[in-house]
Amino acid sequence: MSRYLLRRLVFALVTLGAVVTVTFFLVRLAPGGPFDGERRLPPEVEANLRAAYDLDQPLLVQYGRYVANLASGDLGPSFRQKDFSVNELIGMGLPISVGVGLAALSLALALGVAGGTFAALSQDGPRDRLLVLGATLGLALPPIVVAPVLVLVFAVSLGWFPAGGYATAKHFVLPAITLALPYAAAFMRLTRGSVVEVLNRPHVMTARAKGLGRFRLVSRHVLPSALLPVVSFLGPAAAALLAGSMVVEEIFSLPGLGRYFVQGALNRDYTLVTGAVVVYAALVLGFNLLVDLCYARLDPRIRHA
Amino acid sequence: MREALLGTPLARVCCAVLLLVVLAAIAGPWLSPWDFDAVDWDAIDSAPSAAHWLGTDGVGRDLLARTLTGARLSIAIALAATLVSCVIGIPWGATAGYVGGMADMAMMRVVDGLYALPFILLVILLVVLFGRNVVLLFIALGAVSWLDLARIVRGQTLAAKNEAYVEAARAMGVGTPGILKRHIVPNIIGPALVYATLTVPGVIIAESFLSFLGLGVQEPQTSWGVLIADGAREMRTSPWQLAAPATMLAVTLFALNVLGDRLRDALDRRPRS
Repeated sequence: MSRYLLRRLVFALVTLGAVVTVTFFLVRLAPGGPFDGERRLPPEVEANLRAAYDLDQPLLVQYGRYVANLASGDLGPSFRQKDFSVNELIGMGLPISVGVGLAALSLALALGVAGGTFAALSQDGPRDRLLVLGATLGLALPPIVVAPVLVLVFAVSLGWFPAGGYATAKHFVLPAITLALPYAAAFMRLTRGSVVEVLNRPHVMTARAKGLGRFRLVSRHVLPSALLPVVSFLGPAAAALLAGSMVVEEIFSLPGLGRYFVQGALNRDYTLVTGAVVVYAALVLGFNLLVDLCYARLDPRIRHA
Repeated sequence: MREALLGTPLARVCCAVLLLVVLAAIAGPWLSPWDFDAVDWDAIDSAPSAAHWLGTDGVGRDLLARTLTGARLSIAIALAATLVSCVIGIPWGATAGYVGGMADMAMMRVVDGLYALPFILLVILLVVLFGRNVVLLFIALGAVSWLDLARIVRGQTLAAKNEAYVEAARAMGVGTPGILKRHIVPNIIGPALVYATLTVPGVIIAESFLSFLGLGVQEPQTSWGVLIADGAREMRTSPWQLAAPATMLAVTLFALNVLGDRLRDALDRRPRS
């Protein structure tokens, strides 16, 4: 098992390295630079600025320095937001993004697994039909549709939750629901399909024949093997969640990582963009490693390989 | 295929809805008396009325005309991006499946690695850095949505490569590229294209995300994402501005998902030799 995890770790690090490299060169090769503004700077000033940020060095030297700094956890100074380092900016945005993301993922997982199991247990019955239809509907409701409607109903009309901001836990309810909805639907379909399949396996039939109660049957014999595909979908789901989180941060005015990323890209703030991508990628890859770990615990074939 | 598309009342309704959406998008400019960017000074920010069936936006542009024009661009981008994903995904999957061995492992490892990446970041970087034009948008979206297709095509190729006709071609001395091009791909292209339609809703969602953030389609052009972003800004005072594009997007996605599921089931159930 440790060899399996070691391999995954190396794979993740290599991927992260590739992401850093591609992003680094991509933003620097793009037209436009961080010091382009409405008014052209005097050449001497611009030269000094470029020198201050190492931009006068050959690209490869810049890259080497960036990677060396990165290895010690330093993402460099922000080019556009003076007096802020990228670490500070990301340090402000990250907790908000991670908070919303984790809340949404947990909610989606809870709703999806519960709904999918219920649907599978009454396969093809009216309850099943209703849940499946609900899931298809959930997939058709991306955050950009759901968020405004939720705000209109629960913030403007009913006044139950605030429409934006991040002061209290209440502020995170609507963003988390918005973000969770399509993934709850996806998890539900996955769970339903795999529970239906596992229910017909011999070991479940044996357990049922021995008179095991429904709850124990499902929790001890069905779910552990039925959840494998769900667990392996967690990784890609976390990556896809990012796209939604950017939209959600925009709609609910949450100053999360997504905002810094979009802002940085628009301003050609090289270090901020690269830093945001690195942190995003590290988060997703780290989460994937965690998923692999869970997978190995759940699946004895991997544990003993 | 026919059964999947027309087998149940729900499927028939979804087919009809999609057909309607596509026809309305194509015929949009002739259906509505207003141009999508024409300003009606007498009806600025007006609720749905006899003159403007779906109301007008904050500068007096007809929302029916705008939603239909938006549909045009959203659907066109989705189709073009799906085509791009086919151009990458089908050769990738077919090569990996046919060549096998180390090459297969390496190629599928790349796919696995890419799955774990937050791709939308790359698309955003590309469109922000290299100009926000529609061509770049669909190429970028297509370039990141070929992964599922590559996996499916690889699976199909694995099944096809042991068929007698492939063996016959090999025995006659046809090289690997020739076999792939003349024998494998033509035989798996049908199911591959059906699977490719499953990418369409994802691309529509991605495009609407980007346009919503102001990173995709730009004024004066419009798409569902742009319209929803505009509508969301005004929803407290003029909810109809949000209602038209949001409903159309949701209904289209729903119909695509329902039909996509049925197509997938129909393909999966076919016995494999």
